[in-house]
Amino acid sequence: MENFEPQAAAKRRKLPLWVYVVSFTVLIGFLVLIGKQLMNTSSGPIAIGQKVPEITLTTFDGALISSEDLAGKVVVLNFWASWCKPCEQEAAELEQAWQMYKDSGQVVFLGVDWTDTEPEARAYLEKFNISYPNGPDLRTRLGDLFRITGVPETYFINPEGELAYVKKGPFLSLQEIQTVLDSMIQ
Amino acid sequence: MKVRYVFLILFITLAASLAAAAGVSAQDVPTFVTDDDVNRVAKDLYCPVCENTPLDVCPTQACAQWRGLIREKLEAGWTDQQVKDYFLAQYGDRVLAAPPVQGFNWVFYVIIPLALIASTAVLYRVLRHMARPAARPAASQNPAPSVDDAYLKRIEEELKKRE
Repeated sequence: MENFEPQAAAKRRKLPLWVYVVSFTVLIGFLVLIGKQLMNTSSGPIAIGQKVPEITLTTFDGALISSEDLAGKVVVLNFWASWCKPCEQEAAELEQAWQMYKDSGQVVFLGVDWTDTEPEARAYLEKFNISYPNGPDLRTRLGDLFRITGVPETYFINPEGELAYVKKGPFLSLQEIQTVLDSMIQ
Repeated sequence: MKVRYVFLILFITLAASLAAAAGVSAQDVPTFVTDDDVNRVAKDLYCPVCENTPLDVCPTQACAQWRGLIREKLEAGWTDQQVKDYFLAQYGDRVLAAPPVQGFNWVFYVIIPLALIASTAVLYRVLRHMARPAARPAASQNPAPSVDDAYLKRIEEELKKRE
């Protein structure tokens, strides 16, 4: 009589096999998803020499600029904001550099307005007479792609589409921009 | 009788014109927005530059501009939710206090309650299992005779003989 009790209890406690299978499948699924997300978030910024993923920017004028339009050219991608005082320090130099290189057809300047408000951004562009294409970083996708740590930050992409140089903080002179660009233009 | 109809038509036309005029003027006049209104929306949004700082208390220029934008939208008649949706579309999830329940984020909203339920179930089983041995001493006090008892009985008999 006493021997039946533990057997019955064991029988009661035992769950069907499918419960184990489903539980482990769900658990492994969650772990894979979390691992994938962690890998994405901890993959770090784009390294020098690394291919820059596909980028798109809709300018304040409504034009869509994509990586295809930039192929074969040196791209100067400048992150800025109207509330950023250091950005003002380099605004004039960037425009001067653009005026110097735009006719060569080898260089493209793109301004990415990061976490900014449009009226103030437009006023900033007008104040510094910036004529190269500029657009808002919608949902901060570009900022997240380059893992920017603040503004201003400037990324130089070579004609092969690889990241060639990164400048964190404002350019101190026009010559500084020229030095980087001249080394990239063949 | 005819005069009565003419008056009725005139009255309806006048009432309709007044109602239309009131509607137009209500649309044209911007809603009066107080600082409290702006802060009500701003407290649920976060500064894009500083970490973990709600927009209503953030002292940076960026946040001042954002609060200005909230005021502008509220004055234009937008609801709180519309303003928040606009900020989400423009600046991404970073502006929200908690990630929205969409895409990969739902995993976190599911895992936490599931883990809570599972851990509660495990805790319940463990506690129940721990409580069981305490209920059994009565059974162990009167153990059923076993095979060894015959051996013990024989030893006792031997001891008695020696006495």
